[in-house]
Amino acid sequence: MMADTGSEEVAVIGNTDLTPGEIENNMKNTMGEKGTVLFRKMEINVAEAEKRTVKNAVNMQETYTVYLIETRPADAAAEGTNPAPDSLWRRYSEFEILRNFLLVTYPHLVVPPLPEKRAEFVWHKLSADNMDPDFVERRRVGLENFLLRVSSHPILSTDNVFFTFLTEENGWKEMVFETGFQAKADSRLKALNATFRVKNPDKRFAEMKHYSDELQSVISQLLRVRARVADRLYGVYKVHGNYGRVFSEWSAIEKEMGDGLQSAGHHMDAYAASVDDILEEEEHYADQLKEYLFYTEALRAVCRKHELMQFELEMAAQDLSTKKQQQEELATGTVRTFSLKGMTSKLFGQETPEQREAKMKALEGQIQEDEESLKDKNTECDEFVRGAWLDIERFKDQKNHDLKEALISYAIMQISMCKKGIQVWTNAKECFNKM
Amino acid sequence: MSGNVADSAISPTSPTQTIPADLSGQMLELDEDDDLEVFSKDTTNTDGGSFNASMQTSPGSMINQYKFDEEEEEQEPGAKDIFITVDDPESHVTTIETFITYRVLTKTTRSEFDSSEYEVRRRYQDFLWLRGRLEEAHPTLIVHPLPEKFVMKGMVERFNDDFIETRRRALHRFLDRIADHPILSCNEDFRVFLSAQAWELTSHKKQGPGFLSRMGETVRAVVVSVRGVKNRPEEFNSMQEYVEAFSQKMTSLDRITQRICKEEKEYLEELKEYAPTYTLWSGSEEELAEPLKGMATSLDRCYQETEERGRQLSDCLAPALHEYVLCSETLKAVLRRRDNIQAELEAKNEALATKRADRDAEPRERGVVWQSLLGKNPEEARQQKQQRLAGEIDELKEEIDKMEDRVEWANNGLKGDWGRWQKSMRSDLKEAFLSTAQKNVDYYEKCLAVWESFLLSMRAEVSEVDQRAGDS
Repeated sequence: MMADTGSEEVAVIGNTDLTPGEIENNMKNTMGEKGTVLFRKMEINVAEAEKRTVKNAVNMQETYTVYLIETRPADAAAEGTNPAPDSLWRRYSEFEILRNFLLVTYPHLVVPPLPEKRAEFVWHKLSADNMDPDFVERRRVGLENFLLRVSSHPILSTDNVFFTFLTEENGWKEMVFETGFQAKADSRLKALNATFRVKNPDKRFAEMKHYSDELQSVISQLLRVRARVADRLYGVYKVHGNYGRVFSEWSAIEKEMGDGLQSAGHHMDAYAASVDDILEEEEHYADQLKEYLFYTEALRAVCRKHELMQFELEMAAQDLSTKKQQQEELATGTVRTFSLKGMTSKLFGQETPEQREAKMKALEGQIQEDEESLKDKNTECDEFVRGAWLDIERFKDQKNHDLKEALISYAIMQISMCKKGIQVWTNAKECFNKM
Repeated sequence: MSGNVADSAISPTSPTQTIPADLSGQMLELDEDDDLEVFSKDTTNTDGGSFNASMQTSPGSMINQYKFDEEEEEQEPGAKDIFITVDDPESHVTTIETFITYRVLTKTTRSEFDSSEYEVRRRYQDFLWLRGRLEEAHPTLIVHPLPEKFVMKGMVERFNDDFIETRRRALHRFLDRIADHPILSCNEDFRVFLSAQAWELTSHKKQGPGFLSRMGETVRAVVVSVRGVKNRPEEFNSMQEYVEAFSQKMTSLDRITQRICKEEKEYLEELKEYAPTYTLWSGSEEELAEPLKGMATSLDRCYQETEERGRQLSDCLAPALHEYVLCSETLKAVLRRRDNIQAELEAKNEALATKRADRDAEPRERGVVWQSLLGKNPEEARQQKQQRLAGEIDELKEEIDKMEDRVEWANNGLKGDWGRWQKSMRSDLKEAFLSTAQKNVDYYEKCLAVWESFLLSMRAEVSEVDQRAGDS
């Protein structure tokens, strides 16, 4: 089975060995939660986070956080044995290197995003400080999620650099840099940011790019609104805590109402305190949305890369047709295209037949080369389109599934919040009744 | 504080109601009835708002009043004979001013009213006038406060709908409290307020003790209050302490509730953006369109429920707490006035003691010399002085007798009302807090239903998709 290639062997970087048909097969076999090769074979955990302080290159103190990655063969759990996991420490910047490598190596794939570098869309209680324990914890979860996403991707999971990232603490960085991906990364970035116009844009990709822009905009807006709503909700709940204090003081001067007031006060305190848990849970929902916000960038990158390829194809095709025209002109002696050479030859006399012969031969050679190259480019582009489109479909399904689950978990959260509210106020009501 | 005298809480039943034949079995002993008849006749016969309350009744009848009420407690409460509504605010524009009048509708079976139904229009000023008169007539009874003249914070506009509605309710509560009060409800000014037409009321208002005599009373009050009361009975000390603490707590609760209202409003502002964003998103999606629309609908419904919850808070709990802030001020004033009455008595007693000492004292050397200088016989002068003093002492003793009656009447009045007030405070605030708690329970229950139905539809959809995937 195709799905079995991968984890135990050293996968070839870029894995161009798989034909489009095989890729398709892979997808079908690995669709859904069960994931692929690596995911099935390996349990991956980002178990802990730790602060490290070192003296850096300029002899200054630098503090950063490292994360413990634990891996364990999946069947060990099934067998019932529980061997100690293999583990190593990685910091966030190393995750970034890995991701950049994957982006460059698999430009046709929607590469899973990392959790945010800096805390954004914060509401007042949440610290924007990278060292804040809550932020570190949420980052830990995000990093684990990233690894799980990559390991469940039919193609990405087979990548050797990824595998080594999980298994070899030392020397991994050097190995990655040796692949020379950094140079490709820089030129990729440049190309993605360049402006150019494609004459015949692919409709599907254009639509997908447009969709990714829309999705990015709407999720950003949603996250902003959510943060503001959370802020306000916090305020409403917390002020109720004051009731607790004053009820308690008031109960001291009342004879008949004292007990009722005092106990009602406790419930008001409980109500005010309950908002902390509620909003913490909601952060998970926000994190799920954020992941897809960052996914839109990856999606957009694939579309842009295709655009670039298309543009280069068009340029190459145009170049070829120009040369062919030149060939024709040389052959028939007519000058349809304006060229400096043509003008100079007109002015300074025609060239000798030998010269013409040599030129035609050279042009023929170039045309042949260009035709080969164009054919290759076309094939490359076709493969890109096929691979990209498959991955986009996979991504779409994943997105729909995940976001539905996210909405469900949001509803469950709201239900839990409502139940808590009902309980607290019912209790308070009973106390008021005793007044 | 529910003091020991509070059990003689004055029940709302007026002793002067015309008792229908079938209730005759519940009629009281005739002698007690007579006392009460006398009492009630007194109040209806007083000229417009006599403020010297000691003139009205003998303490004896008052004490009987409370005894009667103690028994009455066993009877069913709420045998009301006055029903008042306040509604239909209307704006009136004149060249000088613009003001609002409210329709005051009264239905009553009381004998001092000529008719059984009255419909009149009153403005805030009229209510102020009525309350002033009631306080003057009964300085140590607890007269429910009126809503404030101006509201400083937020909407200062007098003609804002919410403001008018809140005021209308407070005015209604005010009249209800007066109607429930066994003594205040028999006040003549109250009757006139409920029944007189506009011009009648205006002319009635002009009657009553003039400005100057009221000035005199005020000056006396100031002089006495400066002196202060020396021997306040313990129960009134406790009352004082209670009122001060209560006032602080009410002010805090009022402020907290206002703050919650504010936070709720700001929460709603932000919440408003939530649903539309999901709707916007659903426009870009295919498979997610329905779930996202469902999200938007659910959030929208929750928004509406949140709005309603906020309304309850500002319409029900906030005004109730604010009213009791005002009540605290009323209580403080009542305690002050009681103190002043007692202080007056103490002052007179001191004067009496001084005069007695004077009378009993040995004639002084200097006094004799002075008298002889003026050509008076010392013995004669001494006798004259003794006579004069004796007269003054007798006068004072009479005044003191009246004052003691007045003090006793004032104290009993306050003690009785105190118990009443405590009861209605408990019941009012309990009701306000209960309704707030209930509203919150309802709110969370409704939101729960919204999310449970959304969850159901989501789960149905997910299983449908799974089925489809499984079939393919």
